[in-house]
Amino acid sequence: MIAKAKARSRAAELLAFFQSKGAQAVEADILQPANVLLDLYGEDIRARAYVTSDALRGEQMLRPDFTVPVVQMHMEHGAEPARYTYAGVVFRRQEADISRPSEFMQVGYELFERENQAMADAEVFCLFQEALSPLDLRAATGDMGILIAAVRGLSTTDRRKSALLRHIWRPRRFRALLERFSGKIKPPASRVALLQAEDAMQDASPLIGLRSRNEIITRIDALKAEAETPPISKSESFILDDILNLREKSPMVLERLRDISVDMPALSPAVERLDARLNAMAAKGINVDALDFEGSYGRTTLEYYDGFVFGFYAESRPDLPAVASGGRYDALSRVLGQGRSIPAVGGVIRPELVLELEGQA
Amino acid sequence: MTIKLGVPSKGRLMEKTFDWFGKRGIGLRRTGSDREYAAAVDGVKGVELVLLSASEIPRELAAGRIHLGVTGSDLVREKLAAWDSQVEEVELMGFGHADLIIAVPKCWVDVDLLEDLDAAAAMFRNTHGFRMRIATKYHRQVREFLRAQGVADYQLVDSQGATEGTVKHETAELVADITSSGETLRANHLKILTDGLVHKSQATLFRSRKAQMSDQERLSLAEILKKIS
Repeated sequence: MIAKAKARSRAAELLAFFQSKGAQAVEADILQPANVLLDLYGEDIRARAYVTSDALRGEQMLRPDFTVPVVQMHMEHGAEPARYTYAGVVFRRQEADISRPSEFMQVGYELFERENQAMADAEVFCLFQEALSPLDLRAATGDMGILIAAVRGLSTTDRRKSALLRHIWRPRRFRALLERFSGKIKPPASRVALLQAEDAMQDASPLIGLRSRNEIITRIDALKAEAETPPISKSESFILDDILNLREKSPMVLERLRDISVDMPALSPAVERLDARLNAMAAKGINVDALDFEGSYGRTTLEYYDGFVFGFYAESRPDLPAVASGGRYDALSRVLGQGRSIPAVGGVIRPELVLELEGQA
Repeated sequence: MTIKLGVPSKGRLMEKTFDWFGKRGIGLRRTGSDREYAAAVDGVKGVELVLLSASEIPRELAAGRIHLGVTGSDLVREKLAAWDSQVEEVELMGFGHADLIIAVPKCWVDVDLLEDLDAAAAMFRNTHGFRMRIATKYHRQVREFLRAQGVADYQLVDSQGATEGTVKHETAELVADITSSGETLRANHLKILTDGLVHKSQATLFRSRKAQMSDQERLSLAEILKKIS
């Protein structure tokens, strides 16, 4: 009970800090319509969020984060640019590790800004750095936009690119697809047989279910086209590996990516965005020479970050998850905005972890 | 006090369990009338037989209200989170075989593997505007399996019976269900994906990791384990 009260008041302090930096405090419903979250994250979210229901509204979820409701609220009636802050409990279903809390507080800051995205990234990162500065945390950063740009820049079919992009947050399936597309793994025997059959649809009867004959034929045609597409070149799949394995201080990464974009010019705009961000951060007093960058960072979180990603970790406490984390999620507003979209970046702090590190929990 | 052994209260599963223990020198039998759930144990001291529905045995083991329990390995995986931290597999008993599998319409000639299913699911969502529906009552196992295999753009719809009929009735596009011979699947024009085996289930003797034991109960348990091993 006392711990909860302390967490609440620490959260209020952090909220006040973000308000003092110009953010408007907002609230969100605890019960969120399940279908929005399910459509966004897929069935996996059921393993991570509590689902409940009633006879009128159907399935509801106890909010697993604030980002989705805040984006929805902004898309409905927000002015631009906008800065929001919030503090409240989120709920996470735990199925594997009983020591992890199933409810904890988050204090967040979200910035919706169309004009200068490098400045916006730097603003959010610096605010989190400032709020957490007494704790002496290690900052981890990455940029999903680099990997996404590299996939888009491959000299191969759009169908392959969208298959890879669809699984960019599922490293195993992404790897399997990449190996298939670059000819490292042979196509499965059943597919070879299907494509060699004189009349592939001969056995397709009786037709049952909603998936139509046309849909089956469309997929077979796609498989045929795929089989005739030359493999992704060795040098291009090396580029993807290179990016995924990057793990250096930011200036070194920038230099490396500049080298890579000589071979893949499509990467340049994303690399220039990284450069602009580092400059904006340096201008705000961040020592970017010491800032870690990981090419794979952000790939295993909830799948909506598509640009800059960051997290703050206590190096003395490797048992704790990130004390704060965030990133850019431009595509999320497009999914939730029904045709409209606005670039956005934000993050959350976990006040219980802050207290624990401050020795007060 | 006694060691509590939970056994399915009816049907073939109960009879086969009684046979299995009988062959190992532990006599289990029901006492009283057919309708009364009373039972006795011969051949080993300090053991009490508890007759329960097979689907309740995982829960009772996890709560530590029974020390040993016989049930399908699929039920333990379905009903318990992080099941192997709560119960331990003592013996696979060699009966009650059933496979939890993923099956699609036979007419889907383009879908043989989970990677095909994943690709078809993406196209289906684009065409129909909703995620492909999988009818099942084994939500946890199917979800964990598909996540590990990297299949996306599906949804699970609950089906507590006649699951194989859901495709024809267009309330689901495919099913994840238990099968032993595959007969019902074939009759409903479904085929099992080549790599669509989620879990190979059989009747299994489990030991609770949670149940408290006195020294005397420990001795009884050791005696049972010696007889059956």
